Amino acid sequence: MPELDALDRRLIVATQAGLPRVSRPYDAIGNELGIAGDEVIARLQRMLETGVIRRIGAVPNHYAIGYTANGMSVWDVDDARIDELGAQVGALAFVTHCYRRPRRLPDWPYNLFAMVHSQNRDEVAARVAEIAVLLGDSCRAHDILYSTAILKKTGLRISG
Amino acid sequence: MPDDIDRDLINALQGDFPLVPEPYRQVAETLGMDESELLRRLDAMLERRVLTRFGPMFQIERAGGAFVLAAMKVPEADFERVNAQVNAFPEVAHNYRREHALNMWFVLATATPEGIARTVAAIETATGLPVFPFPKEREYFVEMKLHA
Repeated sequence: MPELDALDRRLIVATQAGLPRVSRPYDAIGNELGIAGDEVIARLQRMLETGVIRRIGAVPNHYAIGYTANGMSVWDVDDARIDELGAQVGALAFVTHCYRRPRRLPDWPYNLFAMVHSQNRDEVAARVAEIAVLLGDSCRAHDILYSTAILKKTGLRISG
Repeated sequence: MPDDIDRDLINALQGDFPLVPEPYRQVAETLGMDESELLRRLDAMLERRVLTRFGPMFQIERAGGAFVLAAMKVPEADFERVNAQVNAFPEVAHNYRREHALNMWFVLATATPEGIARTVAAIETATGLPVFPFPKEREYFVEMKLHA
């Protein structure tokens, strides 16, 4: 795991809600933390390189930009083949997140989650059908859980 | 709804935001717009919730923390109450209503792995309902971008 010092953690806390919308945002953060803007840039760069930061940028509300159908497709996949197949499902262009998770038997038999965003439910269903073909006999059951509302979307909020 | 210029801006801002002293000016130049116009539009889209945030996306697991998806079966009559109780936890990073018996799906983000179990227990106490955590065992792909 990458080493983070106390200042890195303060930088996470200072930026987790977002970057300041001013001409020199890194200087503004630096002022708040008592360091130079260049130091802020260097530390963010290092966190990008080590994967502590995935990306710096905008997070769109998918409903607001026209992706009104959001289907969490869930699959009961043969444990012996899930890693090989999960990688293939994750590689599909329309899958935005793909994870293996534990089953919760008997209520929840699914161990593979693949998120599909689209303009409408028919399109989501068509894409889920493509996943079903890919998984073939290795999949025993699947379901699509459509989202009907974003109840909260603030992102990470840890305290220093 | 965002106009065409907003959409170009959303797409540009989903790339790698520059780590230079005046990053907004640099992005604005690639779009042929003034920095002030870019900042005005960015503020407006955050205000209207076209964008939910703008900044670094942390993978807190890499910094010793944890992200865990969890779900609850919330009776319809109690939905508003439970929603308010769950969302009041700062550890709840996102929360979606979904069509299923498990109808509330949220992501917990905590600074330590132990924080997850503690928060799950606290949500169960606050709401009086069981919480089902679905920790990720493997990540096959995560693309945090959507073409606008």
